[in-house]
Amino acid sequence: MSDYAFYIWSAYGAAALAIGALIAHHLLDYRAQRRALQRLEGDAARHGS
Amino acid sequence: MLNRLANPGSFMRWSGPAMVPLALVTAATLAIGLYLALVVAPPDYQQGETVRIMFVHVPSAWLALFFYMVMAVAALGSLVWRHPMADVSQKAAAPIGAAFALVCLVTGSLWGKPMWGTYWVWDARLTSMLVLFLMYCGVIALWRTIDDPARAARAVSILTLVGVVNIPIIKFSVDWWFTLHQGASVLRLGGPSIHSSILVPLLVMALAATLLGTTLHLLGMRTEVLRRRVRRLELLRAERLEAPSEPVRPSARSEVSA
Repeated sequence: MSDYAFYIWSAYGAAALAIGALIAHHLLDYRAQRRALQRLEGDAARHGS
Repeated sequence: MLNRLANPGSFMRWSGPAMVPLALVTAATLAIGLYLALVVAPPDYQQGETVRIMFVHVPSAWLALFFYMVMAVAALGSLVWRHPMADVSQKAAAPIGAAFALVCLVTGSLWGKPMWGTYWVWDARLTSMLVLFLMYCGVIALWRTIDDPARAARAVSILTLVGVVNIPIIKFSVDWWFTLHQGASVLRLGGPSIHSSILVPLLVMALAATLLGTTLHLLGMRTEVLRRRVRRLELLRAERLEAPSEPVRPSARSEVSA
């Protein structure tokens, strides 16, 4: 692999970076929305009671 | 059956328990695929070791096209049936497709330099793939520009359906024009033209990419359902703050429970 190692590892690295960023964005966004919903539902329950 | 599964409430109920097993199967398939691609697969007789880039490049290209078709079918669901989950599916598919299109372009470029002697040429296949990536960026930007999800869905649906014309151009560009990019060697009439020692790792990596895309699509859809519930609750709260003595509209209540 030595002749083309730079290109091969760069390709796998770029793919890992892009897909890793996508996964991290999905997980963080999901967690943020779940927290926001819990907070709003808590507020609604307090105002309702 | 499909209508019942696609209801936001029942979607959240069935997709939640499916997430962890799906993620585990995806991780296992990806680990096997990477082992086959980086360790087991032999060098190609023409491309040498750079064939290993193909195990990432080709599945990314397939998934970029696949998620655009997912968006197109969801766009029809949005425009024709006004189905809220079609909007959600369409919005969740865009960043995944964009990421796969970007990976396809970057890995293709890194393969092109040692094989063609250049990172980029403006040939039909490469250019149409770049157009696909830009279409994804446009779709994502449009979702963010329009605040009301229903209005945004209609605008994005039209843009998505217009962009479908690019899909056959990408697929058949290597047949219609003289391009530097090689022709189809897996999805072709007469079956795959590549040896099983290369084909098997490629198909395992394609399966891993499909599982990864599906897992992220489900997660993205779940997030979008939550985001819409948050938006409705915030609207309700704003309404309550504006008119504290008036009771909350029943229609707004039903929106939240939907």
